[in-house]
Amino acid sequence: MEFVNPEGLRLDGRRPTELRQIRAELGAVAKADGSAVFEMGNTKVIAAVYGPREVRFEYSMANFSTGDRMRRPKGDRRSTEISLVLRQTMEACIMTHLMPRSQIDIFVQVLQADGGTRSACINAASLALADAGIPMRDLVTSCSAGYLNSTPLLDLNYVEDSAGGADVTVGIFPKLDKVTLLQMDAKLPLDIFENVMQLATEGCKAIATELREVSNLMKEINIVGEHKAIGISARGIKSYARWFRLQLCPDCCYTQFLSP
Amino acid sequence: MERGMRGTQLSLNQTQKVRLQRALEQLESLSSKVNSNASVTVADSIPVNYEDGVLKGHGTSELNGEVVATVCGVVERVNKLVYVRALRARYKPEVGDIIVGRVVVVAPKRWRIEINYSQDAVLMLSSMNLPDGIQRRRTALDELNMRSIFEENDVICAEVRGFQHDGLHLQARSQKYGKLKRGQMLTIPPYLVKRRKQHFHHLEQFGIDLILGCNGFIWVGEHVEATDDMLEEQVNKTEQQITKSDRNSASLEEQEQSSIPLETRQSLCRTANAVRVLSTLGFIVTIEVILETVNLSSSLNLDVHEMLGSEFCVLVAEKEAERRTLNKKKR
Repeated sequence: MEFVNPEGLRLDGRRPTELRQIRAELGAVAKADGSAVFEMGNTKVIAAVYGPREVRFEYSMANFSTGDRMRRPKGDRRSTEISLVLRQTMEACIMTHLMPRSQIDIFVQVLQADGGTRSACINAASLALADAGIPMRDLVTSCSAGYLNSTPLLDLNYVEDSAGGADVTVGIFPKLDKVTLLQMDAKLPLDIFENVMQLATEGCKAIATELREVSNLMKEINIVGEHKAIGISARGIKSYARWFRLQLCPDCCYTQFLSP
Repeated sequence: MERGMRGTQLSLNQTQKVRLQRALEQLESLSSKVNSNASVTVADSIPVNYEDGVLKGHGTSELNGEVVATVCGVVERVNKLVYVRALRARYKPEVGDIIVGRVVVVAPKRWRIEINYSQDAVLMLSSMNLPDGIQRRRTALDELNMRSIFEENDVICAEVRGFQHDGLHLQARSQKYGKLKRGQMLTIPPYLVKRRKQHFHHLEQFGIDLILGCNGFIWVGEHVEATDDMLEEQVNKTEQQITKSDRNSASLEEQEQSSIPLETRQSLCRTANAVRVLSTLGFIVTIEVILETVNLSSSLNLDVHEMLGSEFCVLVAEKEAERRTLNKKKR
């Protein structure tokens, strides 16, 4: 399949190094301590942060837990993996030592998935944490890049993502200029990988300037990025929704993952 | 939407939208421009003069020899100290704050109280006055009877005593502190309550009490006369004579007899709704503004439930803009 046409345009009309339209909004969940909606093209993620709050315990036994009625359905592997990635990324940026004996719950829900959900989740969570007034080293931003038709492509959508090429997701601390997340499926030659990662990092930095603008002055104005919004591949949208829960308690090194 | 309209889904029609927008713009233009360039976001570097020496306060950290903000907020400087005041965060206790909280756990010799802080606060049995008003050592019996003072889920009012090794401690060594009954507790963002001399208010015209807790928990309840120690002692003595079962029935009867009159209940809800409207608009909640909002609603002959409608919300915003303009002109 041709992902980049001879004119150098992608399926949705973007240039290879062009981001999708970014839209972010703070304070979407009234009850939460901090919340944000983050959109990249058709990918839309909502994040809510509760805390830092007292660590409370909850134990419940479901109706299927006795006898041999039913086995407990486990969270699917994809969500487990993504929430682990999210937790590690966020733990790296939150200054947990300032909030001993408390926990921060971050709930991220993907409302629309059109590729790059992982990066969108990180960006949304990062904004929500800033909104909640939780001290952080930096605003983590994340962006993905891929390699198709021997062209490095920035910010893959669902069609490009599922084309089977390499998909590199990078999360960086823009100010510290450090990488906190680097994931890749499929293989790439080293020199090409460097190019792709460079592209993803550039994408992260572009997103970082947008996010800073959003969090600056905490004004609840919808910031529409300058990146042009062009064609939408309606077929590529799949609805995908799941809650991720993250718990951290730095004082007793007690970290726990809870999936509902 | 503008600042202060966080997470609210008011269904405004077109004219209301325009009016609200105009009022908020007016408010924005009135707000002081002094600190507008001092606001920072996460990882912004804060310009400081190193020659004078710098003390890094809350919300800052050091990176490559620069002072860097770790929260979004406003930079504040006090002599050498540089800190960032977060725009939106959970409640941060200060010694002497008057707070309203909810009992979560009754633990040995202490209650644990949820106060919207990152940890639960602790109220020791020994740091509150006993109901009989006598100063004495707390005995094991007192400890067993702790639930007769506060139970789980009771709403109480107390003062921040300070930080001890095991967390934040509260105290309630006065008649004005203690259990809050017959009213409602509202939760608003803590940054909307400013620290003032007075946090207890008795609205005589309505016969209600209003407690503006610094932690963003607000109590609106029926007015209770501060009871005399001597009187209370007598009541307690007679109470002790009655057996437990009798007391239960008596308290039920008592409740029935002393149900709050309808008028008081209405003004109680009116005041509570005024606080709700102000907090959705993101205005600082002070006693003056609350009273003004209540008066506005009653002068318009609005029902209590109509106060939460979009029209009243817009009216309050316009009124506030008007008030601040007048204040500015006076100065």
